[in-house]
Amino acid sequence: MKFLPLIWAAMWRKRARTIFTILSVATAFLLFGMLQGVIGAFDKAVAGAAADRLTVTSKVSFTEPLPLGYLSQIESVPGVASATYLSWFGTYFQDRKNIVFSFPTEPRTYFAMYPEIKLTAAQFEALVRTRTGAVIGRELAKKYGWKVGSRVPLHSVIWTKPGGSSDWEFDIVGIFDGPANFAQSFYFNHDYFEEARSFGKGKVGWFIVKVQDPNRAGQVSSAIDTRFANSPDETKTQTEKEFTMSFFKQQGDINFIVRAILGAVFFTLLFLTGNTMMQAVRERIPELAVLKTLGFSDTGVLLLVLAESVLLCLVAAALGLALAAAIFPGLKDFIGAVALPGKVVALGIVIAVLLALVTGLPPAMRAKRLNIVDALAGR
Amino acid sequence: MSAFKQIGAVTGMSIGSLPQRLGSSSVIVVGIAGVVAVVISVLAMATGFKHTLASTGRADRAIVLRGGSDSELASSIERGNVLTILDAREVRRSADGKPVGSAEAVVIVDLPKKSNDAGSNVTIRGVGEKAFELRPEIHITGGRMFRSGLRELIVGAGAQKQFKGLDIGSHLTLRGTDWTIVGAFESGGDAHESELMADGETVLSAYRRNLYQSVVVQLESAQGFAAFKRALTGNPQLSVDVKRERDYYAQQSADLSKVLSFVAYVVGGIMAVGALFGALNTMYSAVSTRSQEIATLRAIGFGSTPVVISVMIEALLLALIGAVIGSALAWIFFNGNAVSTLGANFTQVVFRLTVTPGLVVLGIIWACFIGIIGGLFPAIRAARLPVAAALRAT
Repeated sequence: MKFLPLIWAAMWRKRARTIFTILSVATAFLLFGMLQGVIGAFDKAVAGAAADRLTVTSKVSFTEPLPLGYLSQIESVPGVASATYLSWFGTYFQDRKNIVFSFPTEPRTYFAMYPEIKLTAAQFEALVRTRTGAVIGRELAKKYGWKVGSRVPLHSVIWTKPGGSSDWEFDIVGIFDGPANFAQSFYFNHDYFEEARSFGKGKVGWFIVKVQDPNRAGQVSSAIDTRFANSPDETKTQTEKEFTMSFFKQQGDINFIVRAILGAVFFTLLFLTGNTMMQAVRERIPELAVLKTLGFSDTGVLLLVLAESVLLCLVAAALGLALAAAIFPGLKDFIGAVALPGKVVALGIVIAVLLALVTGLPPAMRAKRLNIVDALAGR
Repeated sequence: MSAFKQIGAVTGMSIGSLPQRLGSSSVIVVGIAGVVAVVISVLAMATGFKHTLASTGRADRAIVLRGGSDSELASSIERGNVLTILDAREVRRSADGKPVGSAEAVVIVDLPKKSNDAGSNVTIRGVGEKAFELRPEIHITGGRMFRSGLRELIVGAGAQKQFKGLDIGSHLTLRGTDWTIVGAFESGGDAHESELMADGETVLSAYRRNLYQSVVVQLESAQGFAAFKRALTGNPQLSVDVKRERDYYAQQSADLSKVLSFVAYVVGGIMAVGALFGALNTMYSAVSTRSQEIATLRAIGFGSTPVVISVMIEALLLALIGAVIGSALAWIFFNGNAVSTLGANFTQVVFRLTVTPGLVVLGIIWACFIGIIGGLFPAIRAARLPVAAALRAT
């Protein structure tokens, strides 16, 4: 610790160079923080999926509906604790850009399945009682200024009523809190949907199943799929986690693209920081020789140079990550996450130290091998 | 000595001494190559996607969807209405007097991707008997055409490359029915190459459906579109949206292109700032190692402008080398790579990354911009060097 002022002074020997180096390393960590944060947000959605819940979709494709009659058959499969269902309603509010994630469901079984959705008993009762009732996430309510009692028209791009109208009216009866991935959701009664839709009656989008024992999820999955094998509507049962992951995978390999960009960025950086450190050592050869003359050991000088490199990278990384954390909430509309995950920050710091060691080692070795007499003579 | 000669002489010297400063000069080159490669690759993705969708469909064809649906997946059209639509006066008649149009049933099948086995939504398009008179761009490249009434499929070239189990002769099970792939087709690299096609009626019966998703028609002429649209939207029995086929597909690429362009410019922009600091670093150190040389030149009568220009030229030259390397990397690694992503229909669209000359020019402009700014400030410092002090400095 007592050498910190010495290292600090050495770092600022060429002020302009150090500032430029710090800024360019900082931009790399800004990118790292943001890109890695986006991946982290997707991972979090996957991690938030419960291990004891399964989704049952059509084997052909998860966009293909299944008969509602399957519900009682699924419930009777050994190991199934309870089951509920959702359908994809595909709506927007007033303008095509204002997409609302709305789902018709059976409220009693659905909200029992998702205890993480905090709906008050009174609001739940109101939903069950009101045919056109809907409950919505806090974020969604805030976005459009909807309150309990608001009457909300939604336009469905899929479902029509007899007569051809695609406009559906709902009465907001409850606003709930819950994890981020539910904050934009809109749930309403399946019964209303079933009565009013002009086609597709008797079918639902997919089932959600709670298993009694998460360790037996695999067996229960295959038992469900076997039950419907060779029927016109074969099923594909996955854990909620697998289902979410397959959903993201369809977007193409986001991970790969992000990693490729980061690879390019860090390769560039390695070059830049390495160069700065080389230059810094080259210029200071006589000074390092003086340090050795004063009694610093070879290893001591090596550590001094390495410490300088680490300090430089850490300052830069801290700057970049802090900036990323400041900007990140602005991406909320794209990815739905609010804060830069702490894991990303920790990983960033580890990478900064590694970067520093890789780029600092060659000049540090050079400093270690310095021969005092030659160095002082400028040879 | 004229100003031009001076510039020539000083620039010659600075470039001649580049090999001695290889390490620090390479910082500019590598930094800019990285920026250019990333910007070009991401934009190549946007360009390829846009190109695939923009080349789908023709201006003299129209697609009819249910009113309010913006994609085929969300749309449904009753049989009775199909006849009304095909009977419109503006639709071209074939030699046998039937309208050149196709009622299409769009269903989705979940197939594993070759690259990572991930289940992916692939479109199966059930088409009418006039579908291939309607789309002359489709031609069979292997096997044969499906026969109507049979459970046979033909597969697009893009889908065949991206997804497993689509070789000619292989079987697919769709809702408990067995289908055979009997042929492969190409359609000029458009979005239909990501699909499978089959007889519409057979698809509907296999999926126990009775509704079509869209009707595509050949118009007598591209000018007939407005009249066709008026006729259908004015018909009280129909509730439909009518779009030019070309506009329908072009609009589908808008969202993803926007996201990709955003990524390219934001990520590329941040990287460019990083590379700019690297360039400044390099050029400042180039000026400081050459400070004695520059001072000497000034002392024997060289003006400050040639010195400024020579530093700028050096920075630009290094930036251009970086741009060339970056473009070459993007070209070698990504140009023509087939990738797929979810399109507007919630199904996979296969497209190729396309590095166009326009993108390379854009990359070079970015590089020049970084080079000029990265060279400007060090150049000014070089010009302002106090001659006497710089000469004495060791």
